[in-house]
Amino acid sequence: MTSTDAATDHSRVVEKDRVVIRFAGDSGDGMQLTGDRFTSETAAFGNDLSTLPNFPAEIRAPAGTLPGVSSFQLHFANYDILTPGDRPDVLVAMNPAALKANIADLPAGGVLIVNTDEFTKRALTKVDYQTNPLEDGSLEQFSVFPVAMATLTRGALADTGLSKKDAERSKNMFALGLLSWMYHRPHEATERFLREKFARRPDIAEANILAFRAGHAYGETTEAFAVTYEVAPAPLPVGTYRQITGNTALAYGIVAAGQVSGLPVFLGSYPITPASDILHELSKHKAFNVTTFQAEDEIAGVGSALGAAFGGSLGVTTTSGPGISLKSETIGLAVSLELPLLVIDVQRGGPSTGLPTKTEQADLLQAMFGRNGEAPLPIIAPRSPADCFAVALEAARIAVTYRTPVLVLSDGSVANGSEPWRVPDAATLPRIEPGFATEPNAPDGSGTFWPYLRDDDTLARPWATPGTPGLEHRIGGLEKADGRGVISYEPDNHDRMVRLRAAKIAGIPVPDVEVDDPTGDATLLVVGWGSTYGPIGAGARRVRALGKRVATAHLRHLNPLPENLGEVLARYDTVLVPEMNLGQLSLLLRAHYLVDAKSYTKVSGLPFKAEELQDLFLDYLSGVLV
Amino acid sequence: MTALDLGLPTAGGLDGVPTTSEKQTAKDFTSDQEVRWCPGCGDYAVLAAVRQFLPSLGIKRENTVFVSGIGCSSRFPYYLNTYGMHSIHGRAPAIATGLAVTRPDLSVWVVTGDGDALSIGGNHLIHALRRNINLKILLFNNRIYGLTKGQYSPTSEEGKITKSTPFGSVDHPFNPVSLALGAEATFVGRAIDSDRKGLTAVLEAAAAHRGTALVEIFQDCPIFNDGSFDVLRKPDTAAERLVPIVHGQPIRFGPTGDDGLGAYAVVREGFGLRVAKAIEVDESEIVVHDGADHNLAFALSRLSDQDLTHTITGIFRNVARSTYDDAARAQVQHEREVRTPDLQALLNGRDTWTVAG
Repeated sequence: MTSTDAATDHSRVVEKDRVVIRFAGDSGDGMQLTGDRFTSETAAFGNDLSTLPNFPAEIRAPAGTLPGVSSFQLHFANYDILTPGDRPDVLVAMNPAALKANIADLPAGGVLIVNTDEFTKRALTKVDYQTNPLEDGSLEQFSVFPVAMATLTRGALADTGLSKKDAERSKNMFALGLLSWMYHRPHEATERFLREKFARRPDIAEANILAFRAGHAYGETTEAFAVTYEVAPAPLPVGTYRQITGNTALAYGIVAAGQVSGLPVFLGSYPITPASDILHELSKHKAFNVTTFQAEDEIAGVGSALGAAFGGSLGVTTTSGPGISLKSETIGLAVSLELPLLVIDVQRGGPSTGLPTKTEQADLLQAMFGRNGEAPLPIIAPRSPADCFAVALEAARIAVTYRTPVLVLSDGSVANGSEPWRVPDAATLPRIEPGFATEPNAPDGSGTFWPYLRDDDTLARPWATPGTPGLEHRIGGLEKADGRGVISYEPDNHDRMVRLRAAKIAGIPVPDVEVDDPTGDATLLVVGWGSTYGPIGAGARRVRALGKRVATAHLRHLNPLPENLGEVLARYDTVLVPEMNLGQLSLLLRAHYLVDAKSYTKVSGLPFKAEELQDLFLDYLSGVLV
Repeated sequence: MTALDLGLPTAGGLDGVPTTSEKQTAKDFTSDQEVRWCPGCGDYAVLAAVRQFLPSLGIKRENTVFVSGIGCSSRFPYYLNTYGMHSIHGRAPAIATGLAVTRPDLSVWVVTGDGDALSIGGNHLIHALRRNINLKILLFNNRIYGLTKGQYSPTSEEGKITKSTPFGSVDHPFNPVSLALGAEATFVGRAIDSDRKGLTAVLEAAAAHRGTALVEIFQDCPIFNDGSFDVLRKPDTAAERLVPIVHGQPIRFGPTGDDGLGAYAVVREGFGLRVAKAIEVDESEIVVHDGADHNLAFALSRLSDQDLTHTITGIFRNVARSTYDDAARAQVQHEREVRTPDLQALLNGRDTWTVAG
């Protein structure tokens, strides 16, 4: 661990168990970078944390406007937390637009740090502020700290020779320095980071470091800030930790799957928000025998991955909802070919182009049923950023073992959010056995190869790759004869093959669903999947803290569903399913189990808030909702 | 072609594919599946030529893969005793790309048609050509949709009356060779299904080419577009229409003249080409075919309209350019040589912290 600053003379130190900070500014203000760095400092300090970046789809929306506001929220605590926090305790607003877009979320008494330099008449008018909120008394309920960040940054960089404009660009690092001081964050890593990030422009690196230090010194030497805060490290389980985003964890899971299976990894992908970072990450790791192919379109992304799988690679494609729509036919082919394939869908707001940078989980039914014919495949969803690693490995294990495409349903909040991750011991990761076919297998003694002769246990077919003598065979999207695999239009054969493919997927063993029911006598069961894990868990904690009882269950495997799920659902008087869609999982549960699953839905592009779910659960417990 | 060493790849299309000294025959490459094309279909002739040709490559049969899309021609892989995939409509080049990039030890062939490659799969075709992936693409062009029973295709002539165009097609057709050349193809050839010798020669050159080779094969659909290429087959009309080209040879065609060469010649005119009677032009005006000359290849592809007045056969273009798959593998190989993959180090990253018990 790096050192933290001792409390300074003038300020009083207050212990807190948790804090939520939101950095908000213009898209060009570097708020994501600022948030990322504060997160890294916080992770290095040993707090538990969870983050929620929120940015527009436009790269540079018009400056100073509401649509151009970009924010980064970070929740950190001295205990294990589940969500990025409902509302900020501290809001850093770099301009009037950021203030206007975010102030409604700041509770009364909250800390508001404002960059006053941007509160010009012109900037205020741009977002329809008739009067300056810093002067008209409208912010009285908050603890407001006006700081002329641009001016102070410029002053700190006066000797660098940088132009006024260039100097002001570092004001986000001034803000970071100030907050780092206020929360006793270690800062060596940030200075190192800046030196590396701007290695080719040492003058810019130095400017950013100077601004960062100036922000820190400003907090320390001016007497504006009477209080600094300490949030002690969280007592997490023993181990080595790092901070990780969902997309990075997913990429690492894919690299690890290649290593533990001994298979070369081939990623065929077309850039799409919010999945592109997986492509970026994997493209760095060629040393792990990872090949990345930026295809001409989504269809070629999945097609090339399937071709690579035919050749014996671990074929992977990454995309978001619109890309899944385009890939559907090829995924259907993979179902018919029965080849291993990983399909990663980082869900975003839909339909169509929808909300590219916002989160949603409305692709579940598309994943389940979005192909022609009966084309079932396994579906797994990570519950949090760090969980993406294990989910990717699990998806690869199922794909290879059962010779099937597997769909992973991540989402925007998981992909871009981050949290501490207890790094696994790479040496103990379980092996994945490709088990390539090497010998003819015809049961008729003909010495020929039957590509669709199935394993008795798994119903998986042999994976025979080109180059293997004696196993030459042809496969395709036309229906194949059971066993021999030659084209067959025979009615009974098709009926058998459709059922065999379904039985293979239905028979994949998945762990029983675990119910969190601390008192064992709750009557309300809340079922979630994917990224609702955090808010549901946090909402349940709050309800339990009020002395009420609620049970929760989280589904990692959406297809097949855990074997004990029907029995679990039947145990509770009320089954409630909060989802970021219009009720897709509840539809499945109702269909599968004839259970009267209640649906609670939201599609605002943002995750559920713990408070909102707490209120929902209380309404069900009190009978306001039934 | 130039004698200068331009640092271009000198590898052949089959380098890296395991060879065999065992004598192979067409029968070895014949699967046990009954061929189910219509009687008289040009696909039979192409299949026979390919079965005959493949053993001559001297590579192991198990290292040969045929990938196809959807359409009559795309049934091709079922009839060859190699590895094969009959995929989905238009996507064969994309699927074959993943296979070729990851498996340098395979000879990968794509079988496609005018609808498959130029309509639904047009995007994949041009990008495969641009990337120059070591694939051999056989484009069976019968200028009609056969498997869906007779609609016009992207190579059908304007005004064509079909089931979906009872008043005549109003679509302008693609010129597949011009399209391929425009897409930066490094190898483009053309042959006619019934010309076993000419087809085999183009296939041999395609197999030897490192990179994407596009071979357009004029092929007859006797059911829905019968006789579409008859003028190129009948001796009385073919001689004046077929223009065979050979690298380094003057382009002469037609009935044999006094000098033992064709009575007609291709000569330059402005930025393009025209056909002239050989005796009416000076020998120096006659174009000598150069497979490295991109502009010449393009001009040849447009020697006449696609009404078959003058139809080039042979190899329009054959140049060496680095291939995507070789370059992509070289990057991976280099990284594997200079870095020892350490999964634990990757997972740990730069900044970890420890929670002790």
